[in-house]
Amino acid sequence: MAELLLRVEKLVRRFGGIIATDHVTLDVPQGELHAIIGPNGAGKTTLISQLTGHLMPHSGSIYLGGRDISRLPAYRRSALGLARSFQITCLLPDFTAADNVALAAQAREGHSFRFFADARKERALREAAMNALARVGLSDRANVVVSRLSHGEQRELELAVALATRPQLLLLDEPMAGLGVTESARMVKLLQELRKEVTIVLVEHDMEAVFALADRISVLVYGRVIASGTPDTIRQNDEVKRAYLGDQHVVVRHG
Amino acid sequence: MKSALQVRSVVSALLVAGLLLLPLYSSLTGNIFVLTMFTRIVILALAAASLNLIMGYGGMMSFGHAAYLGIGGYAVGMLAQEGIGSGFIQFPVALAASAIFALVIGALSLRTRGVYFIMITLAFAQMAYYVASGLARYGGDDGLTIYKRSDFAGLINLSNRVQFYYLCLACLLLVLFLIWRIVNSRFGMVVQGLRSNEQRMRAIGFPGTRYRLVCFVIAGTMCGLSGALLANNTDFVSPAVMYWTRSGDLMVMVILGGMGTLFGPVLGAVVYLLLEELLSQITEYWAIIMGPLLLLIVLFGRGGIMGVLGRFSRG
Amino acid sequence: MLLLVEQILNGLQFGLLLFLLAAGLTLVFGIMDLVNLAHGSLYMMGAYFAATFVAWTGSFVLGAVLALGATLVLGMVLEFTTLRHLYGRDHLDHVLATFGLILFFNEAVRLIWGPAGLALPLPPWLTVPVQIFPGIYYPAYRLAIIVVALLVALLLYLGVMRTRIGMLIRAGASNREMIGALGINIKLLYTLVFGLGAALAGLAGLMQAPILTVQIGMGENILILAFVVIVIGGIGSIRGAFLAAIFVGLIDTLGRAFLPNLLRQVLDSASASTAAPALSSMLIYLLMAMVLVVRPEGLFPANRR
Repeated sequence: MAELLLRVEKLVRRFGGIIATDHVTLDVPQGELHAIIGPNGAGKTTLISQLTGHLMPHSGSIYLGGRDISRLPAYRRSALGLARSFQITCLLPDFTAADNVALAAQAREGHSFRFFADARKERALREAAMNALARVGLSDRANVVVSRLSHGEQRELELAVALATRPQLLLLDEPMAGLGVTESARMVKLLQELRKEVTIVLVEHDMEAVFALADRISVLVYGRVIASGTPDTIRQNDEVKRAYLGDQHVVVRHG
Repeated sequence: MKSALQVRSVVSALLVAGLLLLPLYSSLTGNIFVLTMFTRIVILALAAASLNLIMGYGGMMSFGHAAYLGIGGYAVGMLAQEGIGSGFIQFPVALAASAIFALVIGALSLRTRGVYFIMITLAFAQMAYYVASGLARYGGDDGLTIYKRSDFAGLINLSNRVQFYYLCLACLLLVLFLIWRIVNSRFGMVVQGLRSNEQRMRAIGFPGTRYRLVCFVIAGTMCGLSGALLANNTDFVSPAVMYWTRSGDLMVMVILGGMGTLFGPVLGAVVYLLLEELLSQITEYWAIIMGPLLLLIVLFGRGGIMGVLGRFSRG
Repeated sequence: MLLLVEQILNGLQFGLLLFLLAAGLTLVFGIMDLVNLAHGSLYMMGAYFAATFVAWTGSFVLGAVLALGATLVLGMVLEFTTLRHLYGRDHLDHVLATFGLILFFNEAVRLIWGPAGLALPLPPWLTVPVQIFPGIYYPAYRLAIIVVALLVALLLYLGVMRTRIGMLIRAGASNREMIGALGINIKLLYTLVFGLGAALAGLAGLMQAPILTVQIGMGENILILAFVVIVIGGIGSIRGAFLAAIFVGLIDTLGRAFLPNLLRQVLDSASASTAAPALSSMLIYLLMAMVLVVRPEGLFPANRR
């Protein structure tokens, strides 16, 4: 097995009396695409938010490449190579697509206390931005303001922004949410390309996509990981069937 | 879109040309009053432009910006009172004092957002107002008369109306140039990104408060320059320049002209102060018209004059 | 000792007035999400109405009651004609529009009542000193302010916590859509709440009027103090506003009364008398700065959503 990139140990997060994350332990080796699935309210977004540092865990630890990042704020984790796309599209609405990505590239280079030179004329930043846009197929939309992009394009731009920070680990929170059939298919293809270069943790409702893409899957129910393994073992796992896939329309299906 | 930009550029260019040629008009017609009035307008336009940097580009709604007018002014006045008349000392001290005040106030108030930020900046500026009122040695409530304008060793004579006007205008244009560079720089992109979506900016790795604070300090320092010029213009500085309605005036200028546009605040300052002058000639009770006018601008005039120009040219 | 008791009562009285103002501000902000700078103008109008009505009727109590009604009506009219168009807009729009209202009110007052201030004389029965502790006398009127303000605070607390309309108000503060869904006339509720806030401000103004002169701009300084109270107490919280207001009132009053003497013991008397006025006016702002460092959300924030 390849070296571990992400290691989560006994993570706990409560909201009032409710335990949203209940001693979650996860291992994600370098190069893996690890999917997290679970019914609504299973605590998937809560878990992702703790990984990115937008929410602090009450106990437990998170290691990125062997380094303990449990208490680091979001921007420091990002600098260490952890990138996130948001469930609800979260871009800079009055910036162009290219500027959104260029800012991410700029973040990658450390501090931005440069006050005089025109950032839009910096070759390196523009090239990085255009490369990332090309990767997600948005080259011809580079100079369009985000609020005028379609929903699908915004999701793709999310991905381009995450890529431009040149992450070691990409956390994708429901990248297919709200996409139509063709857009979803494009996204799956895109992710298949990306997984060759970067380790991905994917939270997704679209089971077809998850089972097509994932190397391993962890099933989250009421904040607990009830099973973890390859798509095949998950498909056959009785507890998963009982607890989560009671409405059997997804996993039974082969495809 | 293109023609909107063009109309704006034409208006901005006319504005600058007009300001540059104003002393000529004044000397040809012998109208000294207009030069005096525009000196004040140019100085306050500088203050409004600096407020626009944090408010328009940075999204920080500071209601205490007039504090720097007072700090810059008192730096000049207090040094003059103590016998230090050189502008080479007075002006750097004015800028440094403003920067330090902005650093402290910014570090505290930027811990909060939104309405809190508005109320806190307002409160701290009011504190500066009360402190100045308590400075018995420097005139207290009554203010401090400056008997000699800043001395720049013969390089420029601030007591000469035309020279002083051009100094103020040069400062304004310099500040606008700096703001233009800053806004398009890496730093400026980050600050505007924070205004647009702070969560996103943190997610891609920018510690927001640090950038905001630096921006806040830059704007405060620029406004301190305006304060130093203003004190020279009136030969007087008093707590009244820091009163909170002054901060309100500056905000109105920015909004009226067009927030987040380079020349908007300058246009706003010109229009607002001319309007004030005009209304006060019609009636002693000019504010009874100005108040409801502001209300109407807020309700119907989104984007300020620059915004209207943009819409107008788009048809 | 005698002085200390008197100053503590003065501080309490000032703090309670601040509370009346801050309560209205924080209610309006909490429920309608409206920043109202013109709240201080309503305070001023309360004082001017009182001075006018007392002179007309010749009765202090009757004049005060009329003035209270007048500010209530004025507040509701203001809400109905202008402010309701600002709901849902940017806070910056609120600030500018209500800044315009301040200009308008100040000028309207100057036009109607003239630039010189008014005096509101007290009836003789309110000017006598009252013995509160053996050997300690306190002006009856200031005592009356304390009693009235405490009563109002209690009524407000009971009204918001125990009555049906109070329940709606609390529901509205935490979930706007919900009360719309309950079939409540939300517009009317907003107008009423605003009128209530205006009346509270007017009450503070008219009670303060006999102590200070009634003058243009009197509402502005105290408004900023009310902001400080809200920042310290936590936005949207009546309880926070109450505690913070008393705290601020006491510190401000006691600071002004005793700081000069305290400083004189540390510094020589010349520099002490220079520093004291500046320092004592800074005190509450320093307090606010300290609160911001320790708890940016205020000391007693309303229940977080």
